[in-house]
Amino acid sequence: MTTAFRTAKGGRIDRSQSIGFRFDGQNYWGNAGDTLASALLANGVHFVGRSFKYHRPRGIMTAGSEEPNALVQFGLGDRTEPNARATVVELHEGLVAASQNAWPTLGSDVGVVNSWASRLIPAGFYYKTFMWPRFGWKFYERAIRHAAGLGRAPEGKDPDHYDKMHAHCDVLVVGGGPAGLSAARAAAMTGARVIVMDEGPEFGGSLLSETAEIAGRPAMDWVAGVVDELAERSNVRLLTRTSAVGYYDHNFLVAVERVTDHLAAPPEHLPRQRLWKVRAKQVVLAQGAIERPLVFADNDRPGIMMAGAARSYLNRYGVKVGNRVVVATNNDSAYAAAADLHDAGVAVTIVDIRDEPTGGDLPLAAFGKGIDVLSGHAVIGSDGGRRVEAAYVAQISPSAKRIAGSIQRFECDAILMSGGWNPSVHLFSQSGGKLAYDRERTIFIPGETRQQARSTGAAAGDFSLVDALTDGLAAGLEAAADAGHRKRGGRPQAPAVAPVITVPLEPLWSVPGRDPRGRTNKHFVDFQNDVTAADVALAAREGYLSVEHLKRYTTTGMGTDQGKSSNVNALALMAAASGRDIPEVGTTTFRPPFVPVSFGALAGRNVDHLADPVRKTPMHRWHETAGAVFEDVGQWKRPFYYPQRGEGKQAAVNREVRAVRNSLGILDASTLGKIDIRGPDARKLLNWVYTNAWNKLEAGRCRYGLMCHEDGMVFDDGVTACLDENHFLMHTTTGNAASVLGWIEEWLQTEWPNLKVWCTSVTEQFATVTICGPNARRLLGELCGDIDLSSEAFPFMSVREGHVAGLRARVFRVSFTGELSYEINVSADCGLALWNACMMAGEKFGITPFGTEAMHVLRAEKGYIIVGQDTDGTVTPIDLGMGWAVSATKDFLGKRSLARAATAAPGRKELVGLMTETPTDVLPEGAQIVEKALESAPMPMLGHVTSSYYSPNLGHSIALALVRDGRNRIGETLEVPLPERTCRVRLTDPVFFDKEGARLDG
Amino acid sequence: MLLIECPWCGPRDEQEFGYGGEAHIARPAKSAALDDAAWADYLFHRTNPKGLHFERWWHARGCRRWFNVARDTVSHEILAVYRIGEARPDIADGDR
Repeated sequence: MTTAFRTAKGGRIDRSQSIGFRFDGQNYWGNAGDTLASALLANGVHFVGRSFKYHRPRGIMTAGSEEPNALVQFGLGDRTEPNARATVVELHEGLVAASQNAWPTLGSDVGVVNSWASRLIPAGFYYKTFMWPRFGWKFYERAIRHAAGLGRAPEGKDPDHYDKMHAHCDVLVVGGGPAGLSAARAAAMTGARVIVMDEGPEFGGSLLSETAEIAGRPAMDWVAGVVDELAERSNVRLLTRTSAVGYYDHNFLVAVERVTDHLAAPPEHLPRQRLWKVRAKQVVLAQGAIERPLVFADNDRPGIMMAGAARSYLNRYGVKVGNRVVVATNNDSAYAAAADLHDAGVAVTIVDIRDEPTGGDLPLAAFGKGIDVLSGHAVIGSDGGRRVEAAYVAQISPSAKRIAGSIQRFECDAILMSGGWNPSVHLFSQSGGKLAYDRERTIFIPGETRQQARSTGAAAGDFSLVDALTDGLAAGLEAAADAGHRKRGGRPQAPAVAPVITVPLEPLWSVPGRDPRGRTNKHFVDFQNDVTAADVALAAREGYLSVEHLKRYTTTGMGTDQGKSSNVNALALMAAASGRDIPEVGTTTFRPPFVPVSFGALAGRNVDHLADPVRKTPMHRWHETAGAVFEDVGQWKRPFYYPQRGEGKQAAVNREVRAVRNSLGILDASTLGKIDIRGPDARKLLNWVYTNAWNKLEAGRCRYGLMCHEDGMVFDDGVTACLDENHFLMHTTTGNAASVLGWIEEWLQTEWPNLKVWCTSVTEQFATVTICGPNARRLLGELCGDIDLSSEAFPFMSVREGHVAGLRARVFRVSFTGELSYEINVSADCGLALWNACMMAGEKFGITPFGTEAMHVLRAEKGYIIVGQDTDGTVTPIDLGMGWAVSATKDFLGKRSLARAATAAPGRKELVGLMTETPTDVLPEGAQIVEKALESAPMPMLGHVTSSYYSPNLGHSIALALVRDGRNRIGETLEVPLPERTCRVRLTDPVFFDKEGARLDG
Repeated sequence: MLLIECPWCGPRDEQEFGYGGEAHIARPAKSAALDDAAWADYLFHRTNPKGLHFERWWHARGCRRWFNVARDTVSHEILAVYRIGEARPDIADGDR
């Protein structure tokens, strides 16, 4: 297939392989090796999108990852990706892409009215307009978000998978152009472990677009030789299609490898992308440079692009960006593009701001070819609609930078611009390195480095090929040496390259236009965010002089391209507008990621069931079979309730609660945290970490304890059993087991290293079956023959060892429901057997499995707290009415804080019970409690509901609450304002049921 | 991401560790004897310097040992790693 703008020969595309693709519903042909951008240009398509704010027609501006304009919606369905840069999307058979930011179609876009109304939308427009009235924002926001936004995120689940790689190396080389390859080759020769990565599908960097020779051969021959050599080596890893996106502390870099995005039919086994996490001893930064645009009026029409990009499209992709081009420049580099295009048969006119652009080798060569050069002239504007049609050119007065002569119109179908090159210092800056301003060349270059890194080649501001090869080699050797690897034998030499003499550029940050106030024309600085030179000037006039303010006020550099091509122009314009020097204005901080990264790559395999570990008890399958509804408690799956046929949640919970009170319930309590504590100083440890005393607890007895942090606030509770003089088993809450163990370890290691005590997590070593209810003793009696279960021999708060259902067991007589209750621990692998035995033997008692919700109701009826629900890190034991669990004599963690003025002051929030006036009214947890509900907020809040349930045993709703001065207010009636109604509640004691504890003994 | 040299395991990624705040803050032996201000000083007040900082780290997803680190809070350079109970190493701030 031939396409109109494809050259007859040359380029790195495969002309034998035609590829069909679709853009905005139209079919086109490209070739293997094309990007979406080069294929569109080969078909003569420049107009590919509309701008963000003014919806102006925009074309392809660059040939690399810095592209601000040509953002497309790439792919279909759940694989669609917004804001893909057409300049880096590799063409594959059947590729589908669409323009963004245009509705209903690219050609007839409604949002273009913004362009006509642009005088009404200055910088800071949103801040100025939508600040009033304040509540209006929520209405405005919807409309603004609809009109704004770039592409569309996929709605379904990501069908692809992603991997993460962790890699280590001596030398990481970022960038595989002449400098990077030279560095990698030199470092590899020393035996250092080297990783070299490049954004593109093949190595070569700028050489892919070059006509230069290295060692008398085409430059890409040298590249192929070096890549072959590196690929042979076992100490080198080569990564293409891999963008280094972040440079973090201690030489930790993150890169994204696009593994299958370029394939029409990716194999199933390959991840779509890989996220590389590389820890490098030394880093060589060789990412090259990014060309900066010229800021002239209407510099954004489709067909206006960077000169270097046009050269790339010609030499690398075999595409002419136009038939008749005007090259606008202030430096030598654009002459190379002009010369190559001229050689390809394109009519070229060069417009150079400099008065005497002679002396450099590139201009000389262009003159030699007979190319028209207008020196001391500038392109001051453009004409055209969906494609540039003409350039307006005028002589520029050298001093005042005003238009000096008459304005000429040059018919053309492309304008190529070059305002010089900015070293790509993004990663260097991310690494904490300081940028230095090179006044001579008007560029920011890497200054003082903060990490084990060095920049080389164009990334260091050394733009010539000779420098790239020699400096790259030196940087590679130096990096390897700093990583401890030295080359034996002679020093390798850089290949010979013909030197190119260049003369300095002449900055002209804003090219004067026909309208001196810039009202009718737009001089675009940031193309992606539609920021103009006038916007920067406005920011300066309004006092937004700091570079950080400039950025946020005008949004310059805040697009997905992060202002790669616009930043320096914006800084320079701000400097001019505020009468300062460019380095005085400074740069904003460069932040990761260098290019957009998909969430999929960041998540990697940590999705679905691998997002977080799921912990299941040994009895989990039984619960599933019984139809339990599960609740997540930390990482654990716990049965919430067990609905029977047709039963709703409340009915199931009511049934379970009644069964426990009336006969017998069974609960899987395996998730409770269990810490085995051994050693002669175990009691000392317990005395420190619990608020109550542990000296007198005998073997075989259990005690409830509260734990506080040093601030005196409760953070865990549970029962600890003394198994032997120097052996204890501590129970923690389900969700807190790991943090309690960590906290104890911290104190043992840092404060009491001399205590002879050892703590081991045994949560998962034991399964726990809790049987509770009036028939619990009878059931246990049937299953256990070697423990005397009489109340005298086995009193409440005791532990016994024996056999239950033939299994070795520890039986704890403790209770979280207020009923006679046994917690039976067996080895985890026996948990299901014990459960089944209990269910079988319990059948005659109507044994009823109950879940966490019934457990919560039962404990709330008894006023037992749940740490983390009835407490929130601001609650002391005293606030909970649990002063009985606080030792007055010994010291413990948090004790001194209980005596602090604020903690000991009266009027703190205290735990109380609440009874609603209407028995069936169940308060929402978290509801606020007030003295008297007012018509509308704010109203003084006295506290809030922490737990709330319907109690079937009382036939009444019950709630626990933290209320200011609550215990003194018991008996009072307060109000709970809710969205639809106000509830009146009476404050009560938090114990609602069996206050005497008569039921504990069955 | 910092690379932290655990004194027991060697250099490991920061994500294996937990941060424990300023080091060398001993729990007062007789807490009851302290007035509120002195107790608050122990409980709440930390130095938060710009530069040299002695701090505790915990190899939580490794050997679970606590240890001390001297770190520059500006550059994140780790200047020394030493075990709990060992004396603060003699490093002058800005002396590197």
